[in-house]
Amino acid sequence: MKTIPRFLAMLTLASVSLAATAQQITVSAAASLTQAFRDIAMRFEASRPGVTVRLNFAASGVLLQQIANGAPADVFASADQDTMDRGVSQQLFDPATRRDFAANTLVVVAPAGGPQGLARTADLAAPAVRRIALGKPATVPAGRYARQVLERESLWAQVEPRLVYADSVRQVLDYVARGEVEAGFVYRTDALLMPDKVDIRFTATGHEPVTYPLAVVATSRQAALAKDFAAFVLGAEAQAVLARNGFARP
Amino acid sequence: MPPLLADFDAAPLALTLRVATVATGAALLLGVALGWVFARTRLPGRSVLEALCMLPLVLPPTVIGYALLVLMGRRGPVGAWLREHFDYSVIFHWHGAAIASALVALPLVLKAASTAFSQVDRDLEAAARTLQQSEWGVFLRVTLPLAWPGILAGTLLAFARAMGEFGASLMVAGSIPGQTQTASMAIYDAVQAGRDDVALLLALAVSALSVAILVASNRLLSRR
Repeated sequence: MKTIPRFLAMLTLASVSLAATAQQITVSAAASLTQAFRDIAMRFEASRPGVTVRLNFAASGVLLQQIANGAPADVFASADQDTMDRGVSQQLFDPATRRDFAANTLVVVAPAGGPQGLARTADLAAPAVRRIALGKPATVPAGRYARQVLERESLWAQVEPRLVYADSVRQVLDYVARGEVEAGFVYRTDALLMPDKVDIRFTATGHEPVTYPLAVVATSRQAALAKDFAAFVLGAEAQAVLARNGFARP
Repeated sequence: MPPLLADFDAAPLALTLRVATVATGAALLLGVALGWVFARTRLPGRSVLEALCMLPLVLPPTVIGYALLVLMGRRGPVGAWLREHFDYSVIFHWHGAAIASALVALPLVLKAASTAFSQVDRDLEAAARTLQQSEWGVFLRVTLPLAWPGILAGTLLAFARAMGEFGASLMVAGSIPGQTQTASMAIYDAVQAGRDDVALLLALAVSALSVAILVASNRLLSRR
């Protein structure tokens, strides 16, 4: 029965060498980019036969932590400059590859068909608004922007006991869609995903501009392919996908 | 005093103890009652009911959390009723975390109580009855005292389990600092935010407490 172990050894060697030559990159992108990046990755794979793009979506801060702890990502796309800055200062990214590729708008949403009367930031302090959902400011850019909005109106201390912190902007959307909170801070692009469950009440103001930077991870083993993907995201086809999903130019 | 200890937020630990105590209390009452029923009676459908009660022990916490959300959420049958009649919701409230923790603690108390009751010598109970004791008297003065060490050991385990509840309580109660953020959630948040120092301190505190509880539980079990 010596043939079986020999055959298995050959199979293992073959698959190892296949894995080494197979072109695959891992893209860690902010949760709000889920639909857009799935589309972009598909188009990238279609235009480059033999290439696979693995996507990993979570809050930008969480993704940064993963990369800082050695997660094998090749490209990082963040929903704010602050997270990217932190990554650059920790020398996690190749600074020469950092580019802004999209912009977004922060909006306040409420469960569909709910009572009206939420027209501006100050209305969030009304007693009828029992719970407000936003991302955890430490790890979710949308939460940080929301905090800026509330602090700009000097409302933070007042509404803080009513805040519910979510792990990502998509979880905020879920809380609002379920009707568990009266209001939530999400991006316009997220709100557009559930028009039947959430209503956009107003556009938030008073926060820094929402721009999305991307960069290639310094320890990437597929730096060339990663740069290729980054260039693709900045190209016309991917920008059209982003525009269709509601993103603006940076 | 080192800066970490000086501004260490003990609220998660206090909240964990509060949630675990309430959850274990509820699990104890229900577990002892059900344990006695399963050990002493021959109810029809008993095995199905027993399996249902043990289910939280093996179900993924996300399944339990999702089930609670569907039931107790604003649009759920129980949640909508509570909100309409009492303007009360367990979602994003520490009561929700307590319910989730009680659900996972119940099987541990139930198993221990059921085993302990079935090991009580029925002759002793019969003797008590001949001495004119009512059924309640038999239970309180003979059965329960004899079964108590086993029940307590199970309750301590249940308390440790309730302290460690994470997935289901996070889905139902959220992680609101000062209101629903238990120690497990605080560790999770600290790790996500890169605060390894806070995470380590909390993890050590919770581990030390859990070890103490397990040691006490083992002592009780070996004493029988």
